[in-house]
Amino acid sequence: MGGAAVLALAVVAALRRRVRATAPGRRFFRHPTAGPGVFVLTFFVTIAFAAPVVAPYPPYYQIDIEHPNHPPSAQFLLGTDPLSRDVWSRVVYGARVSLGIGAVAMLVAASVGTAVGAVAGYFRRWVDTTLMRLVDVGLAMPRIFVLLMAVALWEHIALWVLVLLIGLTGWFGTSRLVRAEVLSLREREFVAAARALGAGAGRVIFRHVLPNAAAPIIVSAALGIGHMMLLEAGLSFLGMGVPSPTPSWGNMIADGWHKMAVAWWSATFPGLAISLVVMALNAVGDALRDALDPRREAV
Amino acid sequence: MAAWLVRRLVASMAIVFAVVTITFFVVHLAHGKPCGSDDRPLPPEICQALCRRFGCDKPLLEQYGKYLAALARGDLGESIGLHRPVADALADAIPNTFTLALAALLIDFALGLALGIYQAVRAGRFGDVAVGNVALLVNSMPVFWLGLVLLLVFAQWLRWFPAGGITNPILCPRLDSPYCLLDFLWHLTLPALTLGLVGAASTARYQRAAMLEVVRQDYVRTARAKGLREQRVLLVHALRNALLPIITLFGLAFPFLFTGAVLIETVFAWPGMGRLAVNAIFQRDYPVVTGAALLTSAMVVLGNLIADALYAVADPRIRVRGGEGGP
Repeated sequence: MGGAAVLALAVVAALRRRVRATAPGRRFFRHPTAGPGVFVLTFFVTIAFAAPVVAPYPPYYQIDIEHPNHPPSAQFLLGTDPLSRDVWSRVVYGARVSLGIGAVAMLVAASVGTAVGAVAGYFRRWVDTTLMRLVDVGLAMPRIFVLLMAVALWEHIALWVLVLLIGLTGWFGTSRLVRAEVLSLREREFVAAARALGAGAGRVIFRHVLPNAAAPIIVSAALGIGHMMLLEAGLSFLGMGVPSPTPSWGNMIADGWHKMAVAWWSATFPGLAISLVVMALNAVGDALRDALDPRREAV
Repeated sequence: MAAWLVRRLVASMAIVFAVVTITFFVVHLAHGKPCGSDDRPLPPEICQALCRRFGCDKPLLEQYGKYLAALARGDLGESIGLHRPVADALADAIPNTFTLALAALLIDFALGLALGIYQAVRAGRFGDVAVGNVALLVNSMPVFWLGLVLLLVFAQWLRWFPAGGITNPILCPRLDSPYCLLDFLWHLTLPALTLGLVGAASTARYQRAAMLEVVRQDYVRTARAKGLREQRVLLVHALRNALLPIITLFGLAFPFLFTGAVLIETVFAWPGMGRLAVNAIFQRDYPVVTGAALLTSAMVVLGNLIADALYAVADPRIRVRGGEGGP
């Protein structure tokens, strides 16, 4: 753990030195929370990758089933859970699941949202109308219901299907954002020039329009990963997300919840981990917005 | 305005209709009939009788048509698990969810506005930064986890509040005395506080930004130039215009309150719509699931509509065109 913290500090310092030279980099680090945010993210990503090294116990190993709910101590850093598994080890392995789901689901959502938004904004007319009505419906859907239904009704859902579902119900906002961006970009001279040179729609969208819309997409993706993680946690908490015994921060809360009165640590620490990571993502997202998109004012 | 309202209402109904359709098919395309579980199947003749009763022996499209026809009469069907009409079950749960949402909204706005204004007044100084960071942290918490932590601290350790439920079931089966009303409020505090705190964290962020935006305007400079005290400039002149974005937040709060309710009602054993829906999903009670989805999406759409309309009324700079679009 100390190693991961040192590495994260080193990453922050190196990043700070590298980007100081550029104006966006300076704007990024002008945010007081940007540095700590990068630190927290690097820390958790590092322990996720180095889980077997960082975790003192295997995540499923039931240490002493006769005496579960061991309070935090030097031996069990964050205590043990009601099934006598080391909470710190499971937080470490859970970082893989929770961060992974958040990142992959956001990748799916950002890709679909960007594609739909670009097509709607570029082609306008009935394509735009159809797609945007679809988005209206998607935004009005109670998302957690839809996911719960999907997971509860199709039994034994695979983890990658869950991730896909979380992603596929999360692109509506991004598509609106991209559409607005594309609508204004497509009227610019350089787009007209590209079209005059004979570039097709695909080439214009991918080579000329989207690169100029990258900043808001990246910012919304950074902020969106947090939402995805919270959603996964909620689903897992209701017992409809990542199936036990695979540790995700959400189902660790679910595992520890019923014993919270006697062993507060097993449900508290995973939640703290989620809060910290989501907060870091929000901080980095805000700083990225200022760095990449100086037209928009800092909030 | 009237034409715009009609257009928006029609569009809203179309959206709700689409949500119902999608929910209906998602629910029915999943395998499973009211025939017991795989390892404990019901006898086939009972299963068939049940199927005939609930209409699941008919083709899907016919079921859909029947559902819509019933819906047009305001009939949401009969619950499979609860042995009562879905509309009744929802009608029992809705007031509880609404009370919770309303209390949460109250805490959300009261606390969020106060903190946001305080932050804007102290912009850049210690108070602003401290409140801002705490708000960011609270806003990043899983809402059910915050609920659990509050439960642990205030119900388990300090024993100030009850651990769940809506009233004391023995002393107060119904709300018919001042004592029971107090008991109800006592039970309401923790769940409302949980939802309200998370909401207040984002409201404060918006309110602070809105205040700082307004402070740059010319009329604020004029007010300062007149020699008004800074407090009066901020709290009277600036605040009135900075309150506008709150209307948008009001519209945005609806989906959050109902999504949050699903989890919070589970944590606090609050007999509202979220818990009803979650239980129905677990029990594969299709009609209840569809009914709850219908109601929730209707709330969300209605919330947005009300927010847009209020915005148009409150801000004369926004003109509503009858012909196309909205504000």
